[in-house]
Order: sequence, then structure tokens, then C-alpha cells
Amino acid sequence: MSDSERKDTAEQAEFRRYCKAWIADNHPGEPTVRLPLSPLEIMTPEQMAYLQSWQKSAYDAGLVGCDYPKEVGGGGRKDCQRVANEELVAARTPYYPNVIGLGMAAPTVFHHGKEALKQQLLPRLFSGEDIWCQGFSEPGAGSDLANVQTFAEPKGDKWIINGHKVWTSLAHFAEWMIILLRTDKGHKYEGLSYFVVPIASALGKGVTVKPLIKMTGETGFNEVLFENLEVDDSFRLDELGKGWQVAMTTLLHERGAGELVTPRAGGLKSESSLSISSRNVMDLATKTPRGAQQASDDPLLRDRMVRQLIREEALKEHQRRSRVPALIDHPMRLPLQNKLLASEIAQDTAALALEVEGPAASLYLADENAPARGQWPLAYMNSYGMTIAAGTSEIQRNILGERVLGLAKSK
Amino acid sequence: MAQPKNYGFEEEAGMLKDGARRFFAEKLPVDQLHALVADAYVPERAPEVKWRKELWDEMVALGWTSLAVPESAGGVGMPWVAVAALLEENGRAAFPSPLLTTLQATAVLSHCGQAGEAALAEVAGGCAATIAVMDPAGSAVPGAVKVVDGKLMGTASFVQDAGKCDSVLVVATDEGEPTLFWVKLASDGVEVRQDAIIDLTRDQARVSFDGVAADRIETHGAAAWDAALPTLWMLLSADMVGAAEWLLQTTVEYAQQRKQFDRSLGFFQAVKHDLVNVMIAIDESKSLLYSAACAIDHEPERARELAHMAKSSASDTAAFAAGRTVQMHGGIGFTWECYVHLYFKRQKHSQLLWGDAAWHRAALAALLLDGPSAAAAA
Ligand SMILES: Cc1cc2nc3c(=O)[nH]c(=O)nc-3n(C[C@H](O)[C@H](O)[C@H](O)COP(=O)(O)OP(=O)(O)OC[C@H]3O[C@@H](n4cnc5c(N)ncnc54)[C@H](O)[C@@H]3O)c2cc1C
Repeated sequence: MSDSERKDTAEQAEFRRYCKAWIADNHPGEPTVRLPLSPLEIMTPEQMAYLQSWQKSAYDAGLVGCDYPKEVGGGGRKDCQRVANEELVAARTPYYPNVIGLGMAAPTVFHHGKEALKQQLLPRLFSGEDIWCQGFSEPGAGSDLANVQTFAEPKGDKWIINGHKVWTSLAHFAEWMIILLRTDKGHKYEGLSYFVVPIASALGKGVTVKPLIKMTGETGFNEVLFENLEVDDSFRLDELGKGWQVAMTTLLHERGAGELVTPRAGGLKSESSLSISSRNVMDLATKTPRGAQQASDDPLLRDRMVRQLIREEALKEHQRRSRVPALIDHPMRLPLQNKLLASEIAQDTAALALEVEGPAASLYLADENAPARGQWPLAYMNSYGMTIAAGTSEIQRNILGERVLGLAKSK
Repeated sequence: MAQPKNYGFEEEAGMLKDGARRFFAEKLPVDQLHALVADAYVPERAPEVKWRKELWDEMVALGWTSLAVPESAGGVGMPWVAVAALLEENGRAAFPSPLLTTLQATAVLSHCGQAGEAALAEVAGGCAATIAVMDPAGSAVPGAVKVVDGKLMGTASFVQDAGKCDSVLVVATDEGEPTLFWVKLASDGVEVRQDAIIDLTRDQARVSFDGVAADRIETHGAAAWDAALPTLWMLLSADMVGAAEWLLQTTVEYAQQRKQFDRSLGFFQAVKHDLVNVMIAIDESKSLLYSAACAIDHEPERARELAHMAKSSASDTAAFAAGRTVQMHGGIGFTWECYVHLYFKRQKHSQLLWGDAAWHRAALAALLLDGPSAAAAA
């Protein structure tokens, strides 16, 4: 029996049995296409189609959107998404491709959208039929997100959008975008409004998506240009001028501190992918020659591998501790650390793996002699995406210092 | 065996923790602690044991010495996670008392089965105890004290809070075999020589045994001693984590109040990020502490691995939090009258005791990379 099963409610226990049985019958096995480390690097239509069909079958079986009400296409359950996620991770199933939709767009639309809009958008979001992207960042507004300049001008009950978004993950596959827009040039924060916009259907008619290539050589994110795109006012979330508050809901979920659990699946732990863990690095070290010995005999490497293992174990335990109120001083103290720590630990672990591999770490994906199929240098490079995207590590530290420790605000 | 989701930290453990925090804050706030241990300090003077014995008596009356004693020996038999929480508060207060050492001795005695019950009953009744095992290099491998003609001979170093204790658990060797003895410190032939140490909140001594006839608890004590080690490390880690939390909170308050360049210190990112890093380090150590304590309660086969992690992490956190605290207090932080030096020194002391961070990591690496048998030989 796993940790979590011991405390399942009757509903959770029954749902867990159901999930186990369904996964056992429907596990897609070893992927039929090479999958990237994370959904943010999905490059080919074949990869996307494979993953979309997996998400669709999981949704049809009730394993996606479990905690959302039935009226919006959810499962109408209580605290069951965690259960489904645990079972999917344990069974090492592939991840869902619609990460931004599930993790950020869904809770935001759910909390701030009108009823009809929720019913229109959420079922196809959960099923993965509509892929979503997030148009927050602009060339001049990254960390200082409230500085966005992409402008929406009123025209009757419509809006005309002009501007330039950048680093937009998955926009090349996306049907819909959540977007933070300026509707008033006079006020920084109160001048912002939040919309959902259909982009795939507007390609060539006011929307241009230009793929950007990442430092890894992979695609995955894009520039998105808006030229007089006309959208309906019914696509606005919450009130005019309340865009910043809505964006906070998105960010809270993006940074892992939201209350609606993201329906992640096995994800990074799928059969074919490399899991970035120090146990894996230790394993690598026992198989990598270093002079007459193994890399795992080097006392300095041993110390550093164990150091990483200790950080990793602590991060894992944070989850358990954050559910025991008597053992934490501030409710957001641990949840707000998750993204920061996970990304920095992954970065350091991957860096260590490259040191263990030695010169062979220079061999990349296409080299037949590359250890671990060149996945470690890929993971190392990609880890910088993790410490930059969704709030850089520096911004995360500001938030922790200000919101949790109560130190003076820097803005 | 699976571990409970909440570490087995039930309501009564939470009450114990809250109660302990209030007790320490009321009975010995940091200004009084400073007055007690630091006010009349002269570096050249011989070491003194400074503590308030009457507060210890109150702690005994509250039942804290019987918490970890198994019910079979007349104790309360609380889980170790609850005991960890109590010691966290003890550390937060940098409290001068033999609580930590008594609970550590309890952990060893609990592994002795029936043989340990008489001593455990004394502990439950309020007998303060410590452990004598280390050699002058600080190694906790038994051998500093030996059994010669049935009597104890030799000197144990770094015996913690000996000046406050009634009894000492001696881990001696009898023909090379670790053997446990329970000795009254006031016995004939026992000599306690206080060390002059940096940590003003504790005392430490070399305890010599010159032909002492003592109560033998366990002849084959190796197994009991070895099985108890993770608990000893975990308990000290709890004290360190609590102390680190005091350092963080005190520094945060200072960073909020103190102004330079027309701003509170905490406005500046160099200070803000440093404080967040201290918080992150503490949380890492705290999560590891509770997972180690929980393993001791529920999954003993993983206890050693997790306790190595907890003590290694707590040692690093102790040094880091204490160092940043002094630095961020600036000039005042370097003075005797600023309270932070009490914690700075207690943390340094704890960091080096029962294996420092690198030692624990080396032991863990051996356990994981070379297998258990190779680790035992190291
Ligand atoms: C892989 C990847 C995927 C992404 N996907 C998306 C997406 O789907 N949608 C989207 O909208 N955006 C996306 N982004 C953009 C991402 O959100 C921004 O890159 C990020 O917020 C940082 O903004 P910036 O690039 O403008 O850097 P800047 O804000 O210019 O920061 C540059 C450096 O200065 C530091 N800095 C800035 N301000 C401060 C401060 N106040 N205090 C201390 N340091 C500071 C930063 O930490 C950083 O180190 C993605 C980025 C990456 C790398």
C-alpha cells in the first residue's frame, strides 16, 4: 500500500481502484514516436497526434479534470485528481500535451470566465482536442509582466488587437491563447484586461505564428504577431481593467501553488524518457570508467551526488510536510518553493551528470556513441528554460521574500 | 512498512510542540538566557555550568523525560516525530538543559529490550542522562573506555551537558565488544573535567573512569548502539533546525526594522535573496528531519539513510543560517551583547558533533554505492 492510499477517503479509494484498472487495460506502452523531455518541446505533428490521442482516451475515461464540475466537462469529484495523477505517474504513462491548457488556462477560465464560455471551452481543453498557449511575455515585458503593450482597442462590442507576444510555447499547435492585454494606456496595473483568443482559426487573418528555435536546437516556442485581430467581447475574462488579478490566478497555478490540481500524467517518467534524478546519476557513475576506477569511486563526485540526492529527497518531503499545518509557519511557504527548487535541483543534477560522463557529454542526440542517447546534455540545456520560464528564479525569490517573509516590496 | 502521510504527527504531538514553544518563551526568553549564560563571562576563567535547574524540574514534571520511554518501562511511548518537535522548540530557545542528551540516552536504552528497563524507569522518573563514548578525535566508535578486570577504565571526550546530568550511559568495550553501562556520575572513580567551549548554552566534559564498578546493561551492546545511532543524529538535527528557525526569524525582523539608504534592509535583493536562501535551507533540513523521524517510527530499514541526510543537511543549514545572520546584522551582529552569538556558537557546536555534514555524506555514499557491508567496514 502506498503512503497516500492509507488516508484515502472512501470516494478516493474507489476512484483509485478504478484508475488502476483502467490504466492497466489502456496503458499505451512504449511510445511509437520519440518523445521530447517535456510537452513544451513537442516538435512534430506525429508527436502531437500521438499524445493528443492518449489525452483524449484518458479524458473519456474520466482521468482528466476530475475535480471540475460536470457542467463544464469535469468529473464532478472531490480531491481525486491527485489520485489519478499518482496512479498515472506510478504506471509511467506518457504525459498530456495540453499542459498550458490544463495547468493554467483551465483554472483561470474556471474562476473568471462566464458560465457559457466555460461550457464552450473546457470540455475540449480537458480532452486535449484544443491545445492552448499562453500569451503573456513580450519582447519588452518578461519579468515585469504588467508592462505588456499589446493593445486591445474597443470597436462596438468587439476588440481590435495589435501587438507582439514572444516565447509562446505550443502556439504552433494551439487553437486558443490566454492573453494579457492593455486596454488603457494611462494605468500600468489597472490598464490590463485578460482575454481568451482563438488563434488557429485566425492564422493569416490577423495572427502570425513564427517558430523560434531554442538553444537545444528544438522548436516549441514562438513569436505571435497580432495585426488588427478582431475578437468578441464575450472572450473577456472577468471585468475590464481586472486583467492583473486574473493573471495572478494563472501565475499561482503556473508556479505550483494553485488549489485546482493540474491533471498531469506520468509525464517525464514515461518509459522512453530520461528521469532527471540523482539516483540516475549515481547509476551512471557506477557504469562510467574514470582511469582505472569508476566515476563513482571519486570522493568528490560521491559527495556531490549525495548532496543532490539529499536536496531531492527534501523537495519530495515538502509535499508531505505542507499538508501538516503544525509543521509549517506559513501556508504558502512550501508551495511557492516548489517550482524554484525543482528547476534548480534539476539543473544541478544534469550538470553533475555531464561531469560524470566527462568528454562523452559533448556527444549529442544524433551521435550513436552518446551515453544515454545524449539526453543529459539536452536535459542540462533545457533546465535553463525551467529556471527562466514561469517566473525566473530571481523573481521567485522576490516573491518568497515579500509574501512569505514579509520583506519590503521591490516594486 | 509504509509511512503515514502526516509522519504520524497527530494532534497530541502538535499540542506538545505548541506547549513547549510557550514554555520556553515564557520561562527563558532570549534576554534572560543571555543574562544567565553570557553576562558575567570572562574568556580566561575556568568553565562553569550555567543553567536553571528548577526549570528542568518543571520539564520533568511536564513529563518530557518520559515521553520517549516505552510504555513497558513506565513511560509514555510517544512517537519519535513528537520528540523531534519538542527538541525543535528546545533548539529554537537554545535552552540550556540535559533534555537532548537524556532523550538520546533513552534512544539507546530503548534498543536494549528488558535489559534497559531499569535505567529507562529512572529516566522516566526524571534522571538526567548523557552518553560517554567519544575518543579525543570525536569519533563515536566505542573504545575510549574499556572494561578491565570487570571495571571501567579510560576517558570519554566531548560528553555533552555532563555537568547537568545524574547518570551517564557508557559505551565501553569489553574484549573489543561494545558493552553498555549505566553509571551515576557521582560514583567513586568517576571524574568530570569541564571543557572550556565556545557554546555558552551547553557544557561539555571529559569524563574519566578509574576502575569504576558499574551496572552492566548489555554485554553485546553493539547491535543496540548501532541501531540507536540514526535516532541520536535525528534528535540533534531537530535542535539545530529549531535554532536555525530562530536565526531566520530574528534576522527577518531586523531586516524589516533596520534602515540604510532610506530603505529597510530587506528591500535590497542581496539581503532578500539571502534570507530566502536561508529559509529554503531550513525547509530542506526540516522536511528531512521529519522524514527521518518518521522512518525511525515506521520504516526502520530506511532510518539510517534518512538520518544521514537529516544530520548532513541540518549541519550545513546551521552553519549557513548562523553565518548569514551575523553578516546581515552588520556591526551589531559582531558584538557580545547582540543575542545572535549565542545561537551562532550553539550551531557551530552542533554542526561538529556526532558527525559533520561531509562525514554523513561519505557514510551515505558508502551505503548507497558500495552496499551495506562495505559501509559497516568503513
Ligand atoms: C522555455 C520557455 C518557455 C516559455 N514559455 C512561455 C509561454 O508559453 N508564454 C509566455 O508568455 N512566456 C513564456 N516564456 C517567457 C518567460 O515567461 C520569460 O522569459 C520570463 O518571464 C523572463 O522574462 P525575460 O525573458 O523578459 O527576462 P528579463 O525579465 O529581461 O530578465 C533577465 C534577467 O534579469 C533578472 N531580473 C529581471 N527582473 C528582476 C528583478 N526585479 N529582480 C532580480 N532580477 C531580475 C531575471 O531573473 C533574469 O535573470 C517562456 C520562456 C522560456 C525560457
